[in-house]
Parts: sequence; C-alpha cells; structure tokens
Amino acid sequence: MPDITQQIKLHIDPDRKLFKVPRSAFTSQAVFEAERDVIFSRCWLYLGHSSEIRKPGQFVTRAVGGRNLIFNRDADGRVNAFFNTCPHRGATVCRDRAGSAKSFQCFYHGWVFGADGALKSQPGEASYCDDFKKDGAADLPRVPRLESYRDFWFVCYDPGAVDLGTYLGNAKEYLGIVADHSAAGMEVVGGTQEYSIRANWKLLVENSIDGYHAATTHASYLDYLKSTAGSLAAVGLNGISHDLGNGHAVIEYSAPWGRPIAQWIPAWGEEGKHDLERIMAGLVERHGQESAERIALKNRNLLIFPNLIVNDIMAITVRTFYPQAPNYQHINAWALAPVDESAWSRKSRLENFLEFLGPGGFATPDDVEALQQCQAGYDNAREAAWNDISKGMGRAVPSYDDEAQMRAFWMQWQKMLASAA
Amino acid sequence: MTASSFSRDEIEDFLYQEAALLDDWMLEEWLALFTDDAHYMVPATDLPRDAPPEGNLFYIADDRFRMGERVKRLMKKTAFSEYPRSKTRHLVSNVRILSQEVGECRVHAAFVTYRSKSGHTDTFVGSSDYTIARTAEGLRIRSKRCTLDLESLRPQGRVSIIL
Repeated sequence: MPDITQQIKLHIDPDRKLFKVPRSAFTSQAVFEAERDVIFSRCWLYLGHSSEIRKPGQFVTRAVGGRNLIFNRDADGRVNAFFNTCPHRGATVCRDRAGSAKSFQCFYHGWVFGADGALKSQPGEASYCDDFKKDGAADLPRVPRLESYRDFWFVCYDPGAVDLGTYLGNAKEYLGIVADHSAAGMEVVGGTQEYSIRANWKLLVENSIDGYHAATTHASYLDYLKSTAGSLAAVGLNGISHDLGNGHAVIEYSAPWGRPIAQWIPAWGEEGKHDLERIMAGLVERHGQESAERIALKNRNLLIFPNLIVNDIMAITVRTFYPQAPNYQHINAWALAPVDESAWSRKSRLENFLEFLGPGGFATPDDVEALQQCQAGYDNAREAAWNDISKGMGRAVPSYDDEAQMRAFWMQWQKMLASAA
Repeated sequence: MTASSFSRDEIEDFLYQEAALLDDWMLEEWLALFTDDAHYMVPATDLPRDAPPEGNLFYIADDRFRMGERVKRLMKKTAFSEYPRSKTRHLVSNVRILSQEVGECRVHAAFVTYRSKSGHTDTFVGSSDYTIARTAEGLRIRSKRCTLDLESLRPQGRVSIIL
C-alpha cells in the first residue's frame, strides 16, 4: 500500500483552536483505495430498511461499499444479504432492481438458488460429485455480517467486527427517535433518488450535517419559504452539535419550517392542525411530554460513520453514498415516513422532501454545485493545501452551526486510515 | 376537421416555441405558456410509468404556484446551480396527438435536452406527456410530465434546469 501519511494528517492546534484537513484527502487515488480497503471493508454499512422487504420472497439489489448485494426475505421470513454473484463463474445472478422471488436463477448456465441462497439445482448435476452441494460452497455467498437496529439493516464485510449495537453506540438513541415517530413503524416511500456528484464523498458527509451553509447556499430556498404564505412557524434556528463517538455525530436544532410530525405551519390549515395534534397526543402518550416535544419539534441531521445520513428535518431522508473515484460519487436517497400517516400528512411530507431534499428541488442542486466547486478548488491543493474546520472549536457546547460534528467524522476517518498506513 | 381540432403542425410549432424559450432562458415567457391550473412533473427514474405524485417521491411535482417559484428562483443569482447559467438545447421529436376532445388534446413527444456547464455536457433523454388546451390567448399547457429514460440521475446529478 502506498504511504498516505501526509494525505491523512490533520492539523490540530488546540491553543489557537484550529482544525485543518489536507485537501489531498479529497484528491488522492491512494487515499481513495485505502478508504475502500479499510473504511468500506471494516465499518458497518447501511443496506436497507425492513419495509423494503416486508413479505417473504421480496428482494432488492443494491451496491453497498463497492459490492453488489441481494437483500431479501426468504420463505421462512429470515432476512438475508448475499453477494450477487454466481458461485460457478461469477455472473450477476439477480438482474432486477427489486421484486419478489422464491428462487434466483443465474442465466449463464442455469444454476438455481433458493431465496435462502442454497443451490437447488444445476443442469448436468450427474457430472458433479455426490456431495457437491453439501459444504455450502456452491450456494450464493453470504455477506459475513448482517444485523439490524430498529428496522435499519446494516452489513459488514469484516467477520471479526464488533456487533452492530456496539458499533452504533450513542447513535442508537437517534436512530431510535426516528423509529419512534410512529407506533406502527416507518416505511420507505416509493421513488428512490439516485444521483451523483462530481465531488469526493467526504464533501457530502460534511454538507449533510452542516448547519452553517443554509443561510448562504440556500438563500433562494429560504426566499421561497418566505414568499409562500404561512410556510414558516414562529421558531428560530437554534441548537447544538453532539460528537457521539466512533465517528458518529448529530446536530439537533429548532427551525421555522413545517414538520409533518408535528410542527404546524399556517399553510397546513385546520386539517393539518387536527392531524398534527392527534400525532402529538400519541407521542405524548407513548413517550411523555418532554420526549414527545423533542421527537416532534427538533430537527436532527445524523451521521452514522462513515456514510449513512438520516436527516429528520422537514421530511426524513435516509441517504448513503459511495466513491467511484476520488472526484465522483453515487448517492442513493430514500424518503422515510410513518406507515400509518394520513394522506394529507404523506402529501405534505413528500412536497417538503422534493422542495428541499430532492435533486430537482430548490436546495439540493445548489449543494451539488457547492460540492463540485469545492472539488474544482482542490485542483489547487498542492499550493492551497488546507480546509478549515475550526468553527466553534473549544466550545463546551458547540452550536448546531459549528463544525464539531465534522471534526468527529475526521478524527475517526484519520484513526482508521492511520491504523492501516 | 372542425375549427377546434388540433393539427400536428400546430402542436409541433408550439412545442418548438416552448423549447426555444427555455434555451433562451426566457422563463417568465415560458411560464406564460401554461394555464393557471397547470402541473409540471418529473417522476423519479425507478417509478412505474403511471405512478402518481401522491404517495410517490418525484424529482419535480410542481403545481402552478411552485412553477412560478421555480422560475423566480432560476432567474436569481442565488440559484447557484444555474448561475452562471448553463447552456441548454431542448430537442423535441416524435410528436403524436394521442387524443383530442373539444378544446383540449393529449400529446406524446420524445425529448433530448443537453445541459453544458463547468466542463461537462449532460444529456437528459426521455418522453413528455402534455395536455394542451386551446384558450382565447392561444394554445396553453395544462400538464407536462417528463419521464426520463434513465436508470438514475447519473452522471447528471440534478434536474436544476427545466426539461
């Protein structure tokens, strides 16, 4: 492995309260390869949500950490994650994005696998030894580790990794808050937002938990809210940033936009008000007044290291993204919503989502532009070498628009890569 | 042919005019081609062809109000994705009138839109379903739905222009 010591060396000066990240971290091919070998091969990575494979037989295929996977529920109701490659010669076995299947057949030579991954039959079976199927080597290969927390399923390619609960640590509380929006459970809504950005993936980590850029990057979105009658609640932007440990971090804050659970805005009228009061009453019953208010009224931008974002803001987005090259990434984003919400609530949620979070909305395209312009700026990295991530350093309680949450990410990123260097 | 019927020539001329207004960034004039109850939609690429915006996540599902706000935003320098402005070329082809009744017709057309900015040219390819009405002011679009023939928004990354 090439020496990446300089490319991953953070400049931290506690006396002057400075925290700087080398821009070569965003441009280096060697760093990109080390990230794949270390971060995306050892961390727990988000695979999907239980609601995507609710019934036996349901499956989705998905790229996770550079591997192509099948995520399914078999006839016994067991959830599986397989590498989507035939044990025979390697062809992709399942070529559909999603569906329902009792078995998967590789079209190359016709090997058939059950939904549990076991080889059921192959043409010319008599040409193989009697115990060919016995040791499992001819089954669909299983991902080494698959575990879930509150319906969020994760995989890990390191058989020796700590269990998911230990890995998530303090972040469990925040995934739990999202899962607690409804007693009936949460579901992924139809319509995946699959897009790309010509920029390093770590720029999107920072951007997804950045409370500092909204007023400038999203000035035109805020103009839109202001010009839309009744679209703002009498609430200011205000909150804090938490380093959750293990590289996980969250900002938690109040904001003036409507939340379909349960921050009302005048534009939602009496119908919306009744709906939100009903939701709030349910939350208070289940969680008590204080927790209910936190769930309903606070926004949270949550990072699960290295690359899962769960932003519980004017809608809920679950977003994950992978580098294809140092300067290019693929993003998958889903809308998550309470299973039992009313048609009115679902409509408002999806409108909020596409206005702000979608790649055709009034905000995300400007984030895409900002990240691409950062990446372009790093063409100058040899001479203009450092990013500044110092905002709020040394504060006992960093603000939601400080950068403590990003520093938490970078410290874990450096620690992991240094262990491999 | 009755006085109120639509001909393909007439519809094609109208769609070419729409395309020219978009390529010239005359977005307020573009907006004026739509009725007051108009909709403009771009579904996500993994949805079934007839999926409704209620209950499904679209890239764009604008009513006339949000279309107006989209235009207002795109004309501002703070719409950073499109300022400095990208260069675009909207090509419209394979225009068919699928059905017509008094004063209104349904039109299907193929489109290819190129967007060039910052050293990249991205291609959006797909088909458009229009509902076009004849009004006292001339032809007006009541609904425009652009279905992308893409598997994802890769490498385009965004739909920051109007398709």
